[in-house]
Amino acid sequence: MTTTTTAQSRQRRARRQRLSGLRRREALWCYIFMTPAVLGVLVFAIGPMIASLWLSFTDYDMLSSPEFIGLKNYTKLVSDKLFWHSLRITMLYAVVVVPGSMLAGLVVAILLNAKLPVMGFFRSAYYLPSVIGGVAVARVWGMLYNTDHGLFNLILGLFGIDGPGWLTDENWVIWSLIFMGVWGFGGTMLIYLAGLQGIPKELYEAAEVDGAGKLRQHLSITVPMLSGVTFFNLVMGIIGALQVFAEPFVLANGNPSNAFLLLPVYLYRVAFDYLEMGYASAIAWVVFAITLVLTALVFRSLPLWVHTEAGDD
Amino acid sequence: MAHRIRSKEGGVGISRTEASVRVLLLSLGCFLVLMPVAWTVLTSLKTAQQTLEVPPVWFFDPQWSNYAEVLTLVPFQNYALNTAIIVTSVVVGTLLSCSFSAYGFARLRAPGRNAIFGVLMATMMLPATVTLVPTYIAFNKIGWINTFLPLIVPAFFGSAFFIFMFRQFYLSLPRELEEAARIDGAGYFRIWWSIFLPLSMPVIATVTVFTFVGTYNDFFGPLIYLTDESKWTISVALSSFGGSPRIGPQLHMLTAATMIAAAPSIIVFLLAQRYYVNGISVSGINK
Repeated sequence: MTTTTTAQSRQRRARRQRLSGLRRREALWCYIFMTPAVLGVLVFAIGPMIASLWLSFTDYDMLSSPEFIGLKNYTKLVSDKLFWHSLRITMLYAVVVVPGSMLAGLVVAILLNAKLPVMGFFRSAYYLPSVIGGVAVARVWGMLYNTDHGLFNLILGLFGIDGPGWLTDENWVIWSLIFMGVWGFGGTMLIYLAGLQGIPKELYEAAEVDGAGKLRQHLSITVPMLSGVTFFNLVMGIIGALQVFAEPFVLANGNPSNAFLLLPVYLYRVAFDYLEMGYASAIAWVVFAITLVLTALVFRSLPLWVHTEAGDD
Repeated sequence: MAHRIRSKEGGVGISRTEASVRVLLLSLGCFLVLMPVAWTVLTSLKTAQQTLEVPPVWFFDPQWSNYAEVLTLVPFQNYALNTAIIVTSVVVGTLLSCSFSAYGFARLRAPGRNAIFGVLMATMMLPATVTLVPTYIAFNKIGWINTFLPLIVPAFFGSAFFIFMFRQFYLSLPRELEEAARIDGAGYFRIWWSIFLPLSMPVIATVTVFTFVGTYNDFFGPLIYLTDESKWTISVALSSFGGSPRIGPQLHMLTAATMIAAAPSIIVFLLAQRYYVNGISVSGINK
C-alpha cells in the first residue's frame, strides 16, 4: 500500500514479537481454562464410549476379567426375541411421542404467543409437568391408570365404557407410557415459543392484507419460519425418547410383564440384574447407532424442509 | 384491529375477540394438562376410605395430617439430607467448571480451541446409555459405589450445554473489561474470578435452576450408585415407597409422598421461571 520508513517497520516487528509472547501466554491460559471441559469429555464421554465399544465384544460379569468373544454379543442380539420386542415398543413410543409432543407444543405455543398478561400463567402451567421428575410422574399416572378406581376409568365409566387395564393389559401398557410421554411437551412448547417471537410481524400483516385466514397464515408462514426450531425439537426429541427410563421402570415395579421393557429398561435389566456387562454394552451401542442413523436421516432431509431466508448468513 | 391490548408480555398484539378465543382454548388445555397433578393433590388430602369411593367425593375435610404421617413412615429427613448434599455439590461443581471453561472458550485464543469446542458440543448428542456401563465399572473399581462421589464428581468437569450458555454470555461482553483489568495487572484467573463470574449472574441463575431440577429429579444415577437405603435420595425413596408396613401403599399416603417429592422442583421452577424460560430459549436458538 503506502511506503513505510525502516524505523516504523522495526517498531512494528518489535511489537509483533511482544505480541507473540503475549499470544503464547494467552494460549497457555486458554488451555488451562479449557482443562476441566477437556478432561470431562475424555473421562466421561470419549473414554467410556471407546471402552463400551470394546466391552461389547467381550463377555464380562464384573467378577472374572472380560473375555474377548468377537461378535458373539451382536449375533446373540439378532436372535434375542426380547431385544426385538424392546426395540419395537421403543420405536413405537418414539414415533408417537416425538411428533405428538411437537404438534401439541406448536399449537399451544401459537396460542400463547400474544401480548396478554395471563399468558405468563398459562406458559408456566403447561410447562409444569416437565419439571416433575420421572418417578413422581410415574406415581401420579400410575394412580390415574388404576383399573378399578383410577380417574381415567372413572371418567370412561361415566360414558358407559368399560376402561382397559392401562397397566395390566399388555397391549395397553405402551400406550399408557406414550400418553405420559406426550404430557411432557412443555419443553418443545417453550422452544417453539422462543422461535415464534423471532418471526417478523410484517409477514402476518402482509398475509392478512392478501386475505389469508388464520390457519392459512400459520401453515404458510409460521410452520416454514419455524422449520429450524422444528429440526432442533425433532433431534432432541429422538435422543430423549430413546432414553426414557424412570417412568416405565417405576410403573413396572413388581410386574414381571415385558410390556414395560423400553430399551433403557432392558439395558438396565441386562447390566444390573444379570450382570452381563458385555451384552449390555452391545445393546447400548445398537441404541447409539439407531440414534445416529435417525439423526443423520433428519440432517439429510434438512434441505427438503428447512426454510432458509435468502440473505441469511 | 381497533383495540390492540398492550402489555409487557412478548408476542403479537391481537384483537379482543381473538384474545378471548385464545384464553378459552388455553384454559381448556390447561385444565387437561394440570388435571393429573390436581387429582393427585386432591387424593392426598382424603382419608383412606374416601380414596376408594365411586363416584369420587368432591367435598371433604382436607386431611393435612396425611402429609405429616407420610414423613413418619419413612426416614424422610435422611433422604432429604442426602439429596441436598448431592444437589448442592452438583450445582456448585457445574457453575464453577462451566463458567471457568467457558471463559477460555469465549475470551482467550489458542490453536485448536474451536475444534475442542466442536467436540464438546458434539458430546451433547451422546446418549448416556453408551457411557453408562464402563463408567459404572470404573466407579466400582475405585470403590465409589454406595457413595455420592459418582453423582457429584462429574459435575466438576463441565457440561456441554451449560458451557455453551456461559460462553454465549461471555462473548457478548465488551473487550474493554479485560483491557482495563490487565492494565491494573490482573491475571486471567483473576479476571475470570472477580470480573466475569460476578457479571454472569443471569446465566448463573439459569444454570442453577436447570441443574437443581435435573439433579433433584435424577433417578437412574442414584438408583445404580446408591445401594444402601441410608444413602438414598428422595426420588429413589419415592420409587420404592411401600406405605405403612402393615397395610402397604394406600392411595392417600402414596399421593402425599408423591407431592412431597415433587414439591421442591415445582417450587424452584415457579420461583425462578424467568431464568428457566430463558435457558430453554437459548437451547432453541442453539439449533
